[in-house]
Amino acid sequence: MSAKILEIEDLTVSFDGFKALNQLNFSMEPGELRVIIGPNGAGKTTFLDVITGKVQPTIGSARFKGKNLKALSEHQICRLGIGRKFQTPRIFLKLTPRENLSLSGNRYKGVFSTLLNKRPTGEQQTISGLLETVGLTPKADIPAELLSHGEKQRLEIGMLVAQSPDLLLVDEPVAGLTDEETENVGNLLLTLAESHSIIVIEHDMEFVRQIARQQVTVLHQGSVLCEGKMNDVQNDPRVIEVYLGEAPSMDE
Amino acid sequence: MLRAIKGQIQKRPRLFEGIGVVAIALLILFAAPAILTAMGQEFRVNMLGRFLALAIVALGIDLIWGYTGILSLGHGLFFTLGGYALAMHLKLQLPEGELPEFFTLYGVKELPWFWKPFHSFPFSLAATIFVPMLIAALLGYLVFRNRIRGVYFSILTQAALIVFFNFFNSQQKLINGTNGLKTDTAKIFDVYVGSDDVQRILYILSVVFLILAYCLSRWLTSGRLGRLLIAIRDDESRVRFSGYDPTGFKVLVFAVSAGLAGIAGALYAAQSGGISPKTMDIAFSIEMVIWVAVGGRASLVGAILGAILVNFSKSILSEQFPQVWLFFLGGLFLTVVTVLPDGFVGWLRTQGVDQVRSLLGRRRLLTYPSLAEDPEVEYERQNLRN
Ligand SMILES: Nc1ncnc2c1ncn2[C@@H]1O[C@H](COP(=O)(O)OP(=O)(O)OP(=O)(O)O)[C@@H](O)[C@H]1O
Ligand SMILES: [Mg+2]
Repeated sequence: MSAKILEIEDLTVSFDGFKALNQLNFSMEPGELRVIIGPNGAGKTTFLDVITGKVQPTIGSARFKGKNLKALSEHQICRLGIGRKFQTPRIFLKLTPRENLSLSGNRYKGVFSTLLNKRPTGEQQTISGLLETVGLTPKADIPAELLSHGEKQRLEIGMLVAQSPDLLLVDEPVAGLTDEETENVGNLLLTLAESHSIIVIEHDMEFVRQIARQQVTVLHQGSVLCEGKMNDVQNDPRVIEVYLGEAPSMDE
Repeated sequence: MLRAIKGQIQKRPRLFEGIGVVAIALLILFAAPAILTAMGQEFRVNMLGRFLALAIVALGIDLIWGYTGILSLGHGLFFTLGGYALAMHLKLQLPEGELPEFFTLYGVKELPWFWKPFHSFPFSLAATIFVPMLIAALLGYLVFRNRIRGVYFSILTQAALIVFFNFFNSQQKLINGTNGLKTDTAKIFDVYVGSDDVQRILYILSVVFLILAYCLSRWLTSGRLGRLLIAIRDDESRVRFSGYDPTGFKVLVFAVSAGLAGIAGALYAAQSGGISPKTMDIAFSIEMVIWVAVGGRASLVGAILGAILVNFSKSILSEQFPQVWLFFLGGLFLTVVTVLPDGFVGWLRTQGVDQVRSLLGRRRLLTYPSLAEDPEVEYERQNLRN
């Protein structure tokens, strides 16, 4: 058994010859909050796709708590304890926030247990607590399609927590949020980091500075460009060239 | 005020619904035949019985399509299998040593092996449900496990339908081919199936099975499983990432809906004088979907109403306008699908909300700010705008 919660070795994913991930190596300690940044198309989402079983690696392997994830399907990986939030919020629009949370929080996900099991007595409280945490208590019982974008983002984070995974993969949680909402989500993630391992992918540098207390990883063209504390990474000339330098030049 | 009433209904929804279902069932059981007979339209009682059987398939289609989002265009297969299972049993109600008449016509001397278990009444009843369920479960498992979805699934169901159609059509020596199995002149418990007494019992059975099918569907679509089906319909891959394997759920629902089709087929066959491969026409399977679309997808009451209304309009139109009724019917479908995309029941639901909204709209200036921000009110306003 290795002590690492996540270990990626020599990972390559190619789509018809185009290498979205190229010999990527990555590892993470339990309890860590890791932020991954990188320009558009760097392969960040693809990286999560491999971990969650949506995409199979062409070469290389991904291990979670020492277990190879290859050949496991999405739901099996989820049950191992990996939860994922998608880049664009993906919640069940016709269900209410309460139902969304209870669907992901359900402990027994087989067909017959879903049909026949009684709701565990604690579930009601857990879900009310979660609704409170993500600030959706007043809208708990209206269809989720009526929520604002920010509320949807928060609901999806709530769904993730409801699964009580060991590792949370969070893809761009603050895209399209106001400054205040961004800060709320940041605080939420910091609270969650006390009891979970988390990977956050983000573009918003202000936000990254808020939450990146530990290591930051920079992806570029499918590989790790560099890794280190936010301050060091920000000042690394290679990073400035491929990523941070881009923003001002695009503004002009 | 409104809220208080709403609260009360929400507290005891099961009771209210139960009373409603029983009341409607009693009406169909006793009032409908009496009224139709008094109007001199006695033949319509049998017609209604058949349409009630069709409403059972419609429930099955609604489960698999309306709730789970899987469009089956091959339910005629399960319907027909159910019909044959019962008809084979009826055909065997003969004096010792005699074979159903068509066998002698084709020179068959001995009963084919697969006919033999149909001597047993319990076996035949079980077969009307479980043969369709098994075939659906097998087909569904192979297809869903390989993540075949959408149009590809629909095409596959049609292909299965065509395979079975051709098989049944061509096997004169096994199951009388195109002619199918006539049940009118067969006997059950020593009475002709076509007799008034048996037909009356079949009518009652249709009502009873429709209610049972409704209760089953209601149970499946409420609670956790129902919400999961909706989740699968709206975003199947997200369901996987939440830790569920959709395959089992889809197989279950597909099999249940096939079982319902089987029961419906048996009841329909016995009330319409027999069964033949004609019910495996592609058009008939598509019609089943149309009933649900007209009545209202993802509404169980809608599916039942759709099946009964469409079939009644079909027969009344064909009697009144033998030349052009098909155009009328086509027009009806087009109108409903374009003007009422959620079917009749869907339309009624939004109309209901509309009325509440216009009430609220008139009073909006008088409401307190807290009410104006109430998500329920907001929800209704939003819906009004659409
Ligand atoms: N299924 C696919 N088929 C072909 N190419 C793909 C596929 N998925 C991703 N790609 C390509 O792989 C590259 C990496 O995509 P990815 O979505 O991982 O980027 P990203 O870092 O998440 O970008 P962004 O910041 O815009 O979200 C892109 O060039 C993309 O076009
Ligand atoms: Mg991305």
